[in-house]
Amino acid sequence: MPEAAAPPLDAVRPLRKLYRSGDGRWLGGVARGLAGHLGLPVIWVRLIFVGLFTADGLGALLYGAFWFFVPLGIGGVDAERPPAAVTTDTSPDGRRRLVARKPDKGQIVALLAMVVVSMVFVGNVDLDGSTKAYVVPTLLVAAGVALVWRQADNARRARWMAVGRRRRTLTLARSAAGVLLVGAGVSGIFVLQGSAAHLGAVLQAALAVLVGIALLAGPYLVRMTQDLSEERLMRIRAQERAEVAAHVHDSVLHTLTLIQRNAERASEVRRLARAQERDLRVWLYKPEGTGKDEDEEPDTLAEAVRHSAAEIEDKHGVPIEVVVVGDCSLDDRLTAQMQAAREAMVNAAKYGGEGGAVQVFAEVEEEKVFVSVRDRGPGFDLDSVPDDRMGVRESIIGRMQRNGGTARLRAVPGGGTEVELVMERTATT
Amino acid sequence: MSDATEAGEPAEPTGSDEGGAGGRRVRVVLVDDHRMFRTGVQAEIGRTDITGVEVVGEAADVDQAVTVITAARPEVVLLDVHLPGGGGVEVLRRCSPLMADAGNPVRFLALSVSDAAEDVIGVIRGGARGYVTKTITGTDLVDSIFRVQEGDAVFSPRLAGFVLDAFASTDAPPVDEDLDRLTQREREVLRLIARGYAYKEIAKQLYISVKTVESHVSAVLRKLQLSNRHELTRWATARRLV
Repeated sequence: MPEAAAPPLDAVRPLRKLYRSGDGRWLGGVARGLAGHLGLPVIWVRLIFVGLFTADGLGALLYGAFWFFVPLGIGGVDAERPPAAVTTDTSPDGRRRLVARKPDKGQIVALLAMVVVSMVFVGNVDLDGSTKAYVVPTLLVAAGVALVWRQADNARRARWMAVGRRRRTLTLARSAAGVLLVGAGVSGIFVLQGSAAHLGAVLQAALAVLVGIALLAGPYLVRMTQDLSEERLMRIRAQERAEVAAHVHDSVLHTLTLIQRNAERASEVRRLARAQERDLRVWLYKPEGTGKDEDEEPDTLAEAVRHSAAEIEDKHGVPIEVVVVGDCSLDDRLTAQMQAAREAMVNAAKYGGEGGAVQVFAEVEEEKVFVSVRDRGPGFDLDSVPDDRMGVRESIIGRMQRNGGTARLRAVPGGGTEVELVMERTATT
Repeated sequence: MSDATEAGEPAEPTGSDEGGAGGRRVRVVLVDDHRMFRTGVQAEIGRTDITGVEVVGEAADVDQAVTVITAARPEVVLLDVHLPGGGGVEVLRRCSPLMADAGNPVRFLALSVSDAAEDVIGVIRGGARGYVTKTITGTDLVDSIFRVQEGDAVFSPRLAGFVLDAFASTDAPPVDEDLDRLTQREREVLRLIARGYAYKEIAKQLYISVKTVESHVSAVLRKLQLSNRHELTRWATARRLV
């Protein structure tokens, strides 16, 4: 996970804006957001809220206000929690997005606790009978408003997730439920006031006004949202174009300039062109790898093979074609195998490079990893090499044997040499 | 379009040349949106008297390609994967009646710089008889053209790797055992292709005839094209994330 490698959040956010935390929250993420903002442990903030709650429900009021007005954001995570906890996934187009999380147990418990406590609280508060009757309708209205307002949160989150993943029906149902709750609450209040007789007329009038407003403002609103989304799309496009231009300018144009300057040195031209090709391929076809520096230590087998091949290609100016089937993470034995493979590639590039590209094939199977390196050079006979030449014997065959694998060198029928390296995989992987 | 310079010239290719061996001729249409690339390929393979390949038409986008292919009825089309107007897959879709023609079928060989699995698998599933990368040498390309013309399949090492990868994942039970699995022998052949062996070398290695190697490769291609496994597409997409 690249997140793990990200610098601490505080370092990258010089401007600390208060957000509710979308991650690891119990209720609205207020406490976590505040904790992140103030640099306090979450549990303190939560305790303070609970403490304030006992003071005539001030805590609840505060919490509600925060919930209502502070926008939801990523982060606001306390210091000791690793930022990797933000669940992200990568969509087919390579963009990261947040994954919808199922509410965890803590969240449900917290919600239940809150409901129980507020019931008790409401029951205990000493109100005279007439006021008490308004409690239920008021709560209904509040719940409805909250339901609709929280929609904004979801819209925000939906933008982080792939567009259109959330079903529209759910949104509509939610809004409808909110409207219904508010309507019921308001009607309840009307009924309590004794003006139930006029309820029908009032509702009709309200409805008429609403329809009127919708008719007047509707087209305008639709137009506005369309314009807005269009503008956003254009902005995204422009941004992407700028990014592509920047990359092409930085790497491709520079390489082309270098090639023009070194035009008479064929090997240098080839080396530059191959390096640029590789770079561009990574950039175009593997969005995941864009952030990854080539100098970084590879941690999977496929990466290790490609990494070695790229280095040797650059150094010796011989094209190396790599085909990798499957992948797994590296352990000690596989690392040894990769070193042997690297040595084999160096040999192939040095002594067999004139015959054409060096071909590297690596396959990860259930129980073993197979690597073959072949060149189309003049061939190589192990027996004819004097014993004091330790290159092949030590760094390829010896290394494989010491780590419990096998190496085989052989002449290919059509010319050239092939090195086959087989290593058993450890049972745990 | 092409200025067919050949015009019944009697000069036959020297017998030693691989492509033109036996005096065979194959008519080819080049579909690629880069004029420079078309010119390059034309120069490399289009020396009819040497290579036996006659370029009878060129096209730069999907509509043009369909028109040219229908009019020229070549034996082989060199098809770029990325094309304006829907890409190589669209050309394959619209030319499918020509491919199915039993008497004089048009066969497609995909030719691409693309490294992405879904591009490659996409055109193969669309009916192309093979896939080679644009870095291929002129001789190898001519060789591939003849092989495709004979109804064979042409796998580059990379394509072989993709196929091995796609058929390796056994998490979902196959819908059709015959199609959704590769036999041991087919797998062996594919591995050798992925390791950079030519058909002749594979035949020697496995002590079988070149013809048998060809039939194994064709069988793999058929499985790839007909296989029901929907995870093939999913695999191709997921592959980018690895």
